[in-house]
Amino acid sequence: MSAAKPTGAGAAIVATGVGVAIDGRAIVDDVTIEIRSGEVLALVGPNGAGKSTLLSVLSGDVRPTHGSVLIAGRDIRSLRHLELARLRSVLTQENQVSFPFTVSEVVEMGRSPWMKTAERENDGAAIGAAIRATDIGHLLERRYTSLSGGEKARVSLARVLAQGAGTVFLDEPTAALDLRHQEDVMRTARSLAAEGRAVVVVVHDLSLAGAYADRVALIADGRLDSTGTPLEVLTAERVERVYGLPVEVIVTGNRPVILPVRGASGA
Amino acid sequence: MTRTARGVTLSIVLAVALVAAVLLSAMVGQLPVTPAEIVGSLLRAAGIPNGWAPTDQIVESTLWVVRFPRIVMGLAVGAALAVAGSVMQAIFGNPLAEPGVVGVSSGAALGAAAAIVFGVTALGSWSIALFAFVGGLLATLLVYFVSRANGRTEVVTLLLTGIAINAFAGAGLAFLLFAGDTASREQITFWQLGSLNGSLWREVGIVAPIMVVGLVAAVVLGRQYDLLALGERNARHLGVNVESLRIGSIVLVALLTGVAVAFCGIIAFVGLVVPHVIRMAIGPRHRPLIIASAVGGGALISFADLIARTAVSGADLPIGMLTSLIGGPFFFYLLFRQRKRSGGWA
Repeated sequence: MSAAKPTGAGAAIVATGVGVAIDGRAIVDDVTIEIRSGEVLALVGPNGAGKSTLLSVLSGDVRPTHGSVLIAGRDIRSLRHLELARLRSVLTQENQVSFPFTVSEVVEMGRSPWMKTAERENDGAAIGAAIRATDIGHLLERRYTSLSGGEKARVSLARVLAQGAGTVFLDEPTAALDLRHQEDVMRTARSLAAEGRAVVVVVHDLSLAGAYADRVALIADGRLDSTGTPLEVLTAERVERVYGLPVEVIVTGNRPVILPVRGASGA
Repeated sequence: MTRTARGVTLSIVLAVALVAAVLLSAMVGQLPVTPAEIVGSLLRAAGIPNGWAPTDQIVESTLWVVRFPRIVMGLAVGAALAVAGSVMQAIFGNPLAEPGVVGVSSGAALGAAAAIVFGVTALGSWSIALFAFVGGLLATLLVYFVSRANGRTEVVTLLLTGIAINAFAGAGLAFLLFAGDTASREQITFWQLGSLNGSLWREVGIVAPIMVVGLVAAVVLGRQYDLLALGERNARHLGVNVESLRIGSIVLVALLTGVAVAFCGIIAFVGLVVPHVIRMAIGPRHRPLIIASAVGGGALISFADLIARTAVSGADLPIGMLTSLIGGPFFFYLLFRQRKRSGGWA
């Protein structure tokens, strides 16, 4: 139930004792976690718990002040930008585009790490699959800058999928989306895992995490509170302790649904 | 029209404009020359004897000593400034970034003026160019590091930084005007106004190769500029080494602007207007954008210079004044549009 000891076998990412301190304050503290190929890992936790920083450390954006991160068995710090881009893709929360590129141009940019490699042959197939998975076929000729927030989020996801990396990080991919597209994104995460990729997704909606993740990692105050299957981690007592809010957990189809207790004052 | 069709149309338009600008510039002036004489003279220079070549020695020397070096200089400077503008917009992620507006040109002019007043001649005719480059480089570095926050450039900060640098460089130029002798004063005034008058082949021999090197470098980096439009973090996730791209591009901008300013003074707004119009025509992909901007910048400067030397008979107007006359209102329009789009000055 507590953090599994990294074994390295089938592991896409192995982080050992990573910590990030800014001005002496620990934002992420001694986190040891392993992400395996073929699984969806949901990172959950309250605002300011350090989820985004941990994601940045795992994806190689931020150098941890302590500990080490291995990606595909290699020290993440020893990789060049382009090598890293072929191993992992990242969907960030901020997805502005400075100039009026068309949607298809933006999605094609996802393939740029594979330029001048044999993998180039798969450009068309990867782009087509990404476009279908994100339901943006009707937007291809539009200018990215003219899209709505939710459309931009889906196009950016398509770009990240087209990159075709073995590990995919998604930082709050559902934030700007309506109900149906939220479910679509999580289903896409599942199918990426089914193809053998490792998927790390930061979500706020615990029920969404519970419904789609293989494992949930609960972060509180920069520490890894617990990891395990959704049913193991998302218990009423633990969620209440970490979030400071009484919740009710309903289990349907072996998956937890988390509801805040809104009490009798709802009248 | 699709973007490919637009690209083809634009290439034709630019080619026609360029040839027309060059031909007209060679024809028109105090001594009119016919197109046949120009073609004939060029063919003779290429070693092909023909019946069109001018027999009058004055016509021949007007073309080869006065007009041709000035035309080539105009093309090189226009291309250098337009490419510098496109690169600057790419690394700032903002269509309003332009060497003249944000103070890179005045920084370069200050460097050039310092070289003149203090009589630096250690490197011969390269001295002024080198000082202009250093001045431009310092200004670019300053703008870049002051106006960027969290990987983005805010319009207000960018323009305010430009105001500060222009003011500082203006003060420096004023001091050099005050401290210099009469000859230096005249030269410095020339820098502030910008002119292609009196261009020499020797100078063209410095500007043109640097422009070509800068253009090639910018085209090579073109794909990375496309990715940079996604924001610095996303570009990094796609394998771009943002830090070295940034530093390399800053040097590139300073080099192109510095060499243009060193020999022709401040010619503002070319780097703003040309890439913008071309982006509207064929879209923002940087490789075609940079190449078309180089051609468009050359054509624009050629036409502007034609007007500068023929609008008032017997006088050579400063070309920097003309480009600012057109560029100023255009800049205002862009500013207005950007404010409307982002709903504020941020």
